[in-house]
Amino acid sequence: MSSKFKPPIGNFSQINGKCISLVGDDIDTDRIIPARFLKCIDFDSLGKYVFDDDRKTLKGNHPFDLKTNKGASILVVNSNFGCGSSREHAPQALMRWGIKAIIGESFADIFYSNCIAIGIPCFTLPKKSIKEIQKYQDIKNLFLEIDLFKSTAKAEELKFNLEIKETSKKMFLSGEWDATSKLLENKDLIENKLNDLPYIKFNN
Amino acid sequence: MSQDTLFDKVWDLHKVADLPGGSDQILIGLHLIHEVTSPQAFGALKDKNLKVKFPQRTVATVDHIVPTDNQSRPFKDNLAEQMIDTLEKNCIEHKIKFFNIGSGNQGIVHVVAPELGLTQPGMTIACGDSHTSTHGAFGSIAFGIGTSQVRDVLASQTIAMNKLKVRQIWCENKLSNGIYAKDLVLHIINRLGVKAGVGYAYEFAGPAISALSMEERMTICNMSIEGGARCGYINPDEKTFSYMKNKLCSPQNENWEKAIKWWKSLESSDNCIYDDVFKLDASKVEPTITWGITPGQSIGVNQKIPSLNEINPNDQFIAEEAYEYMGFKPGQLIKNTPIDVCFIGSCTNGRISDLRAAAKVLEHNKVAKNIKAFVVPGSEKVAKEAKEEGLDKIFIEAGFQWREPGCSMCLAMNSDKLIGNQVSASSSNRNFKGRQGSPNGRTLLMSPAMVAAASITGKVSDIRDFINK
Repeated sequence: MSSKFKPPIGNFSQINGKCISLVGDDIDTDRIIPARFLKCIDFDSLGKYVFDDDRKTLKGNHPFDLKTNKGASILVVNSNFGCGSSREHAPQALMRWGIKAIIGESFADIFYSNCIAIGIPCFTLPKKSIKEIQKYQDIKNLFLEIDLFKSTAKAEELKFNLEIKETSKKMFLSGEWDATSKLLENKDLIENKLNDLPYIKFNN
Repeated sequence: MSQDTLFDKVWDLHKVADLPGGSDQILIGLHLIHEVTSPQAFGALKDKNLKVKFPQRTVATVDHIVPTDNQSRPFKDNLAEQMIDTLEKNCIEHKIKFFNIGSGNQGIVHVVAPELGLTQPGMTIACGDSHTSTHGAFGSIAFGIGTSQVRDVLASQTIAMNKLKVRQIWCENKLSNGIYAKDLVLHIINRLGVKAGVGYAYEFAGPAISALSMEERMTICNMSIEGGARCGYINPDEKTFSYMKNKLCSPQNENWEKAIKWWKSLESSDNCIYDDVFKLDASKVEPTITWGITPGQSIGVNQKIPSLNEINPNDQFIAEEAYEYMGFKPGQLIKNTPIDVCFIGSCTNGRISDLRAAAKVLEHNKVAKNIKAFVVPGSEKVAKEAKEEGLDKIFIEAGFQWREPGCSMCLAMNSDKLIGNQVSASSSNRNFKGRQGSPNGRTLLMSPAMVAAASITGKVSDIRDFINK
């Protein structure tokens, strides 16, 4: 998994893939990747440990273990997904498992910005629509076509208008979501700002 | 949109530019790093052939993975040793100040920075750790970031971020005797819910907040993130300034007066505008304890675990999950729940005042049979101060293990872990499933004094029965 893994780069406007649905509110980042797997100096091996505790508890019946979900890339979740710890290891683990986009009722702030920073768009939908997808998923596999530009998700008989922060959408469409170089373009402004800060002066 | 709050003022002061995507480029005045979320960021710098832009604006310590029993090097755990070694090397290579074990200033990053006077009003502070909100207690705008943003701060001293909304949480009246900051913040999170803070900074204010010490204020701001708010802060006042005076990195001599004048100007203006205001009566807060698997699932120590129909429909799903995981029944009293492990420590409640409060309860008492109890000071400074006051002896005589500083069983990255479905009474901040190192371990969050009380009786107890004796 890790050797073949390539993080996304550049602009994209289309994500097509099989959905994997994970039911539950307030799923925190400790559950997504338990702390013992944070003992690493890179992210490479994290994919296989995603939801490790939950999967062991469910003995093969966790959505991330079900054969029907193999190859899925669009994760469908409920509310406040990714709350708790700021560990980027959580979205890194999801991405390395194969997740390319997440659709949910709502996301925790730090988790959301970590996802955007590594190239996983997170979309929101009302509770009712998420339930509809999750119900559908119980019966058969759902393949969604996400159009980032139009903010829509389509399957044969389903169509949803997705919400995504305008700033995130623009970044993915322009391919400028890898922030570092953009930030460094303003290096003179940064320097001036820093030198102007009152506390920089009186802490010297 | 909020206007003229401390948050607005500090944000505007640090705004470098409008970014093409629509977010703001924000300068980070103080960047704190530790061994867990920084190695990949340094790795990414290397890949991009970049250097740390302003190494003097970053400070490092080691906290998450350090063993708290035997800290001699190399650590027994090879992976932990590799992580501290990587941090040491990165700090040397990039000329970053590192407070290592034995320096006298090592400890949990959110305990150490305020002790050193690094944390100051009006700063923006970022760290690859969600409890960075702690530093807001000083009137700084402090928030957790992920590793990609750690990379951005190292490379540019800035990050891209959307401005947060501001909710004032006004705490009327005062906390009663035996009620601590931990109880208040658990109460706030319970009232507002764990998602209410998403997209917000929380400004804690009102008489009950003004009455709190700086360490108690840190406990409040620390847990903002448990209510969903990435950032929480308190306007600086005389208590803030007197805490900071003569700290190692605080402004000195003629700069001290200049600093105070500036700090005072940052306060949220009388006619400022909040996006939302929430008011509560702090005198009604009881010793508060969590019964579930989110920090919002809490009750007063004499209350019953709520039944589904007493719970907001949006929170019923997670409540059902909590009953099952915790093995509790709706309507059951939380008081007298048997405890297996007692943990005092963490960035929430591992400071000297927390140790004092617990030691006061433990003095002339003994830990109940079959209870494993241990105390992990938040920093080397806290440990030193506690020893000077003889608190270590009180803990040890009562039957607690006295440990070396670190994050320890708050998140169980070292060898301090729950076993099986043990129940812990914990002064930490998260009661998530599996948080304390066992996939079915159970955590009850409470104040350090309440943990001490539980250690004596071996079950959940009301602290007021101890201090009012």
